Amino acid sequence: MTMTEQITGAQSLVRSLEQAGVTDMFGIPGGAILPAYDPLMDSTQVRHILTRHEQGAGHAAQGYAAASGRVGVCMATSGPGATNLVTPLADAYMDSVPMVAITGQVASSLIGTDAFQEADISGITMPITKHNYLVRDAADIPRAIAEAFHIASTGRPGPVLVDIAKDALQAMTEFHWPTSIDLPGYRPTTKPHSKQVREAAKLILESRKPTLYVGGGVIRSGAHKELRQVAELLQIPVVTTLMARGAFPDSHQLHMGMPGMHGTVAAVGALQRADLLITLGARFDDRVTGKLSSFAPDAKIIHADIDPAEIGKNREADVPVVGDVREFLIELFVALQEDLKNGATPDYNEWREICFGWKNSYPLGYDLPDDGTVSPQQVIQRLGQISGPESIYVAGVGQHQMWASQFISYEYPNTWINSGGLGTMGYSVPAAMGAKVGMPDKVVWSVDGDGCFQMTNQELVTCAINEIPIKVALINNSSLGMVRQWQTLFYNERYSNTNLHSHRIPDFPKLAEAYGCHGLLVERPEDIDKTIEKAMTLNDAPVVIDFQVHRDAMVWPMVAAGMSNDDIKIARDLAPEWESGAQEL
Amino acid sequence: MSRHTLSVLVEDKPGVLARVSALFSRRGFNIESLAVGPTEMPEVSRMTIVVNVDELPLEQVTKQLNKLINVLKIVELEADASVQRELLLVKVKAEKDDRTHVLELVQMFRAKVVDVASDAITIEATGARDKLEALLRVLEPFGIKELVQSGVVAVSRGGKSISDRAHRANDKSV
Repeated sequence: MTMTEQITGAQSLVRSLEQAGVTDMFGIPGGAILPAYDPLMDSTQVRHILTRHEQGAGHAAQGYAAASGRVGVCMATSGPGATNLVTPLADAYMDSVPMVAITGQVASSLIGTDAFQEADISGITMPITKHNYLVRDAADIPRAIAEAFHIASTGRPGPVLVDIAKDALQAMTEFHWPTSIDLPGYRPTTKPHSKQVREAAKLILESRKPTLYVGGGVIRSGAHKELRQVAELLQIPVVTTLMARGAFPDSHQLHMGMPGMHGTVAAVGALQRADLLITLGARFDDRVTGKLSSFAPDAKIIHADIDPAEIGKNREADVPVVGDVREFLIELFVALQEDLKNGATPDYNEWREICFGWKNSYPLGYDLPDDGTVSPQQVIQRLGQISGPESIYVAGVGQHQMWASQFISYEYPNTWINSGGLGTMGYSVPAAMGAKVGMPDKVVWSVDGDGCFQMTNQELVTCAINEIPIKVALINNSSLGMVRQWQTLFYNERYSNTNLHSHRIPDFPKLAEAYGCHGLLVERPEDIDKTIEKAMTLNDAPVVIDFQVHRDAMVWPMVAAGMSNDDIKIARDLAPEWESGAQEL
Repeated sequence: MSRHTLSVLVEDKPGVLARVSALFSRRGFNIESLAVGPTEMPEVSRMTIVVNVDELPLEQVTKQLNKLINVLKIVELEADASVQRELLLVKVKAEKDDRTHVLELVQMFRAKVVDVASDAITIEATGARDKLEALLRVLEPFGIKELVQSGVVAVSRGGKSISDRAHRANDKSV
């Protein structure tokens, strides 16, 4: 290509995407973005997957990014196409997912006139994107795309939206891919301050009851190996939040499980009774802390995060560390080793024994329904055991999500994908599609509820047509189960608008078949294993298993919203005995 | 709660004012005043933002502001280490009998008359908030017909410029 070659803004956009390394993207064309779809047809590098709803494209980009670690890309037209991306963008912002969304905008001369399919998407998405652009000039396209990918994937990852006016896509321009990124207001601190690292090591070695509080940042920064090194060096108990499941092997002795509203007693106790929390890429979310003022009252806090605004936001840090959590763990490991060599003798034996005591006394469990119906927890547990830890599990939001987090054993990062912060029902099927595109050699299970599934199941068509053979374990309790659980516990069992009747309508296996997928039905416990095993053998098309499960199953343990973690219940009206074997506390 | 004056250097890009003001409202802060204009540096604008807020939430909003890609630098200007000014235009009733009295007050406050009508005088005054409040108090009895006030603009005392100074939160310009 010569420097003076004239191409359209649309061609420049496609070249920019190619330069940014894009191989897969998800989207739907429409008026304003139409010019971009023409040269896209000729790209041999970029595979565009036509979804059935823009929300599906957005969640697919998220699932792609979460599974593969690469930037997820989606594209939509102006107005309704763009506003349909709002939920995935908000979701990606909350869960720090690297994602670039490209939207068409009405021609620049029409912006502000309430033109057909005009929406101020850059204004709308300002609070839910890491950054966004409105491009009116074709010459600005390559720079905007280059910056968008840079911003999305560095620092604390997040979504970036690039809105491009139709006339900018149509205008003639020259293509110049920027050789460097110049963003004077964006310089994320990745290298932690060495003084803070030494302070952290000192605090750890002085403590008696330390816990590694591991958040999603450990997954995003790829710090799982470094985490394990530090945990094993000093034998410190570990908890992994909903966003961090898989950052530390569930099979590891030091792993206390997930903390929070539906966390294990051991994990909640390991935070609540600690004298030091080594907080890694976590943000003291209300679902983890419970009532903030009573959270881990005796604990000092080391808080390492790449986002300085997270430090001190909810809980003051004794040792704040701004930087990439992987780099922090590498340096911390060195500092700890040095201190050990110089005679430091940390002693956490007693604390560990207390934690192990909780873990042994209060393992996760469930009762099988006595009427012979199918237990949702058992389905999910068997799914994890049969499909194994190499598979990727993508959940929707609600009871099934909590059970999938609790009863599947995660051994590797990026094998558990869910909507943690925003809690978006309907996330699972399209995100699983994206995960499968990003990691085609992996078995990808969507673990979904019947409520969630009915919000976005149209993307099964996309999967069937584009040969993306995901597998869906539909945990069908015929209800909006989590809401129903709250009605059981807090609203006198008055089940207002939570009965979905989905044991009758729709016929999910038939629906699956209509969508070009395999549809299977499980109504009896004895069919669970063989149906999952059958689904494992079906790889020519997506599979949907309709598990018709008992509707009264509840997620336990539970810390009721706004309550202290000390008030955790392991079943209705049943509290753990903290002090058994814990006299030293 | 206490009053804080933030000087914010931003890239002169479309939408930057909306980003900054939206961030304040999203995080639950009322902006008392906001003034924005060009600076000695091309393509850099400066916002002076006055907020009434406690120290800890201020730190949080400053950190969130720093995360905006178009925000280059944030410095808090302490009242006694900076010059802070706002501009006031006020239209005061001044019939023949009152006119001399009003003009005397204008002189005393080193304000200026910028327009005269048969029944009113329009006065321009600049100064710190206290001075302008005092001026308004003495003009009030004559009858204020119309009042318009700018946001505060502020600059630090001494020879150093904002680009030499340490940041309030994390340093972005390293």
